[in-house]
Amino acid sequence: MYLKLSVKNTESDFVKKIEEISGENLMKCNQCGKCSAGCPSVSRMESLPNQVIRRVQLGDESVLEDDTIWLCASCFTCAVRCPKGVDLSKVMEALRLLTLRKNVNYTQIEKIPRDELEVLPPIALVSNFRKMTS
Amino acid sequence: MKIPYYPGCTLKAQGLGFETSAIASAKAVDIEMMELQRWNCCGTVFSLASDDLMHYIAPIRNFIRVQEAGYDKVVTLCSMCYNTMKRANLLVKNDSEKLKTLNDFMYREEDYKGNVEIVHLLELLRDEIGFETISKKVIRKFNELKVAPYYGCMLTRPKEVGIDDWEEPQIMENLITALGAEVVDDPMRGECCGAYHTVNSKDLVAERTRMIVTSAKNRGADIIVLSCPLCEFNLGTRQKDTIEIYSDFSGIPVLYFTQLMALALGMGKEVCRFDLHYVDPRPLLIEKGIIEEGEEKNAR
Repeated sequence: MYLKLSVKNTESDFVKKIEEISGENLMKCNQCGKCSAGCPSVSRMESLPNQVIRRVQLGDESVLEDDTIWLCASCFTCAVRCPKGVDLSKVMEALRLLTLRKNVNYTQIEKIPRDELEVLPPIALVSNFRKMTS
Repeated sequence: MKIPYYPGCTLKAQGLGFETSAIASAKAVDIEMMELQRWNCCGTVFSLASDDLMHYIAPIRNFIRVQEAGYDKVVTLCSMCYNTMKRANLLVKNDSEKLKTLNDFMYREEDYKGNVEIVHLLELLRDEIGFETISKKVIRKFNELKVAPYYGCMLTRPKEVGIDDWEEPQIMENLITALGAEVVDDPMRGECCGAYHTVNSKDLVAERTRMIVTSAKNRGADIIVLSCPLCEFNLGTRQKDTIEIYSDFSGIPVLYFTQLMALALGMGKEVCRFDLHYVDPRPLLIEKGIIEEGEEKNAR
């Protein structure tokens, strides 16, 4: 992956927006990797959770196209274990919201099979739609 | 003691046995859970964005209902409702400006004053009743039934809302011991089950279910007990999908902690609704001599 580093990118509107929505100071992260070590979805992620925060620090907006942010289950394991007190679950939420707030859905409700709809409990559907639809 | 009770959506559907067994077993230890009038969905997940007040309206409105009823405490069973409501409550308690905005938005309701406390039933049992008192009321013998507690995410994380230590919780272990069953020490008890990914990534959940259930089973567990209807669906009902992907996988029953409690207190059969579980625990309970053959026919 080619990424041009510049101070301008680290102070871009994208970085500011993520810091504003998440309320987290991204520069506190020193890349220890503890978030990635404990993440339950890590085996399927294109970028590891610590790589996501690094890419946001550097202003790399292509992180939004990465499946990683949608594989986060908001389990808060990273949040309780971060030695620097960064709540990565809030950063992941902010990244998802940048897409969802453009009226784009990740979960295609109409594609959920009927037999699945019959067994899925309301708690699964409501939480999924809250996290993955606009 | 009398306390208002907030059920949430799934306890009126697939998780009905959680509600009926909880109300019955709480009553047996002198807790009268009264369903909150006009409750609404809590939203299931707490909004993690700093600029998203709209999603705190649902949980806060429930606190107004508790206030209207003249109480300052509400109990809940579902881990996700507990987490969402506790976090929303903490947020407005610490931010009077946000509370005012929410109150202004809900101008037809009385103002929420921020004085209601939300507790999980497990906390009430530990702090108000005491596990020792509960153990004295145990009637049914569990005959060395081995139980693995499963906490998942929402009971213990994040730190500010956890009912126990987030890495080394003991509350369910202590309850299981008080009820006379054997605790299985399982390192996977705090691992995420995959949560709402069950809607669009069944295979991700199957991967988690295989790991979590197999871990408990390999350590000798006969059953897993938990406190979240979404975990119950993923670790229980999704065992069907897990076997389809991993042919070497075999599961064990997954129950709510209140069903274990109802059984111990001698009631179980009318209130447990074992029929709502994908892996039927009744053959195991009969084999262990915990319920009798024939008894299971009424055990709904």
